[in-house]
Amino acid sequence: MHSPMEQFEIKRLLHLNLFGIDASFTNSSTWMIIAVILATAVFVWGMRQRALVPGKLQSVAELGYEFIAGMVRDNVGDAGKKYFPFILTLFIFILFCNVLGLVPYSFTPTSHIVVTFAMAAFVFIGVTIIGFARHGLHFLSLFVPKGVPFVLLLLLVPIEIISYFIRPFSLAIRLFANMLAGHTMLKVFGGFVVMLGIIGGWAPLAFIVVFTGLELLIAFLQAYVFAILTCLYLNDAIHLSH
Amino acid sequence: MDASAAKLIGAGLATIALAGVGVGIGNIFGSFVSGALRNPEAAPRVFGNVLLGFALTEAVALFALVIAFMILFVF
Repeated sequence: MHSPMEQFEIKRLLHLNLFGIDASFTNSSTWMIIAVILATAVFVWGMRQRALVPGKLQSVAELGYEFIAGMVRDNVGDAGKKYFPFILTLFIFILFCNVLGLVPYSFTPTSHIVVTFAMAAFVFIGVTIIGFARHGLHFLSLFVPKGVPFVLLLLLVPIEIISYFIRPFSLAIRLFANMLAGHTMLKVFGGFVVMLGIIGGWAPLAFIVVFTGLELLIAFLQAYVFAILTCLYLNDAIHLSH
Repeated sequence: MDASAAKLIGAGLATIALAGVGVGIGNIFGSFVSGALRNPEAAPRVFGNVLLGFALTEAVALFALVIAFMILFVF
């Protein structure tokens, strides 16, 4: 009997040792590269004609671009234009990793907290640096809510600081846990189909079909949530909105 | 008590968080539907926010799941 957690196992495909650090090429890296190649293909191959009236693939590429451009415009404003390429890359990469993970026998890189935390930490450190670079020490006023009596500040400032430092963790765990839970549940119900056999197996099979649809939605939604939270954090750092 | 028994009880207790998440998700979609019935024209504009709220609330349930998994498999 296979375990539903077996799909998350990382296998070394190419052993590589860089100065004592295990930098092997794994199935996780393979699927990340596949995601990057496919995403690049959609954008480069889709935009090759640069038609005024877009074809099918060009519409998809333009839709993705417009979607994120609108998100950055609405949430960060004009100052966010500089960071648009980063957020688009983040969104498309997470989206492709998530969706490709739904293909049977594939691997989901985003179901590992190392991968998601690396991205979340990058966002967190980057946003903090942007905040300090733009506002200097004035950036620390982000932790002090305006119009609050001094006694309450003693309580609120530590809470604000904690909630600021918890951001990368919640960002990473949200994406990783969603992918982990969804895929585990699909596999558990797949096990029910086998156990109940040809007579009773139809009910869990129908559930899997419905749930795969929901998982597609979640795959998109989590990429969206990651991107929009990055936008909100960026907005906090740029405009010190409080 | 046996340590493994305590582990199972702890993992079960970790799922209590689902009560709050159930209330939260029900609240989000309930408010959306009642708002949408009052003002159907404005409904499509807030649907993105509904999905965002749904994803953020659902994440709390998954934090509980991660804790349950950690109790079961890590310790």
